[in-house]
Amino acid sequence: MTEELKNIIESLLFVADSPLSPDRIRKILPHAEFSGIKQAIDQLCDEYESRKGGFTLTEVAGGFQFRTRPEYSEWIKRLIQPHPTRLSKAALETLAIIAYRQPIIRSDIEHIRGVDSGGIIRTLMERKLVRILGRKEIPGRPLIYATTKQFLELFNLKDLKDLPTPREIEALTDTK
Amino acid sequence: MSNDIYKVKLDNIFEGPMDLLIHLIQKNKVDIYDIPIALITDQYLAYLEWIESMNIDLAGDFLVMAATLTYIKSRMLLPVHDDEKDEEDPRTEITRPLIEYLQIKSVAEKLADRKIFGEHIFARTPCKADLSEESDKLYIHVGLFELMEAFKNIFDTLSPEHRVDFSEDRMSIKDRITEIIEILEEKGSVIFCDLFPEESAKSMLVVTFLAILEMVRLNLLRIVQHTPTGVIRLFYI
Repeated sequence: MTEELKNIIESLLFVADSPLSPDRIRKILPHAEFSGIKQAIDQLCDEYESRKGGFTLTEVAGGFQFRTRPEYSEWIKRLIQPHPTRLSKAALETLAIIAYRQPIIRSDIEHIRGVDSGGIIRTLMERKLVRILGRKEIPGRPLIYATTKQFLELFNLKDLKDLPTPREIEALTDTK
Repeated sequence: MSNDIYKVKLDNIFEGPMDLLIHLIQKNKVDIYDIPIALITDQYLAYLEWIESMNIDLAGDFLVMAATLTYIKSRMLLPVHDDEKDEEDPRTEITRPLIEYLQIKSVAEKLADRKIFGEHIFARTPCKADLSEESDKLYIHVGLFELMEAFKNIFDTLSPEHRVDFSEDRMSIKDRITEIIEILEEKGSVIFCDLFPEESAKSMLVVTFLAILEMVRLNLLRIVQHTPTGVIRLFYI
């Protein structure tokens, strides 16, 4: 059964067009044990890892997805013309603030950056990297922003805890 | 002050006052926890003057920072009495946000250095048509003109006396968006026409319509229609 379960999960992961979470798999396989599903996924991850092939089963955005190894991007780009999401320095900074301080309102973002950030937030929303969580119950009822699943997918992050830790700021002279 | 020092930075556009301040601290090779406030303030103001002389419109943010720096400088000049020794260094007002900003800059760089999906890492892109037949065939996407047509129909059914109704209590688009979000949060989806009750005032109809357009722009809504003449439904994303 476990071998069969592993194969079923592998087939699901193969056709899925976005990362599949164990919860989602559980809904498709209601009779399977949750622990069994997780075990099967772990085993699959190990198998693809030890195979050292062109792709791995990667944990990303709370789910699992087959993703190619970065070493082979050069050849993939010859096959398909990707439209990579290029973000400006200002957009990256704003995104970083939202990612680390979420949920956050616009005035707090602007307080950290020291400049108006409305336009950048709008661009990030159009790219679906940032979304509106709701409104803060303070005067003016400002919108509250947070990052999306697509944000985690784009930066290859398992979840928000997977975000890189900020560097300690010591002597400013060697930060460039 | 000589202009030469700042001329070099012509190609380097400072996005905001924080970037300029960090640049000055780096250039002078001073400790961020012990900023020589008089020196930095002078250079900051000189830079602003230089920008002004170039006829570049100064953003208000730069001026706010100039005021803050000058204020801190003046506080630093005041003698500290024994009973005030415990008081915070006036420079923390600027050091703390600077450090926070530097941390954000460092993580932004780290994010940019990650293997980016669609750039370094790829996934399979299954053919949508094979997989999700029903979801695509069930609905057709509605264009702006269909929406406007539907709106016009509602407008036409409006009784004449309502058309000259100048109501005092106007509702803003923002408020209407909030209302619609509340409806959607409760129900998940709503029929387009239901947002336009027959007894509504003209301004209310317009505000509702603009609110819907704005919500689509903000990616809050998905608008679908079963058949070309069918009911238009709004879904909360």
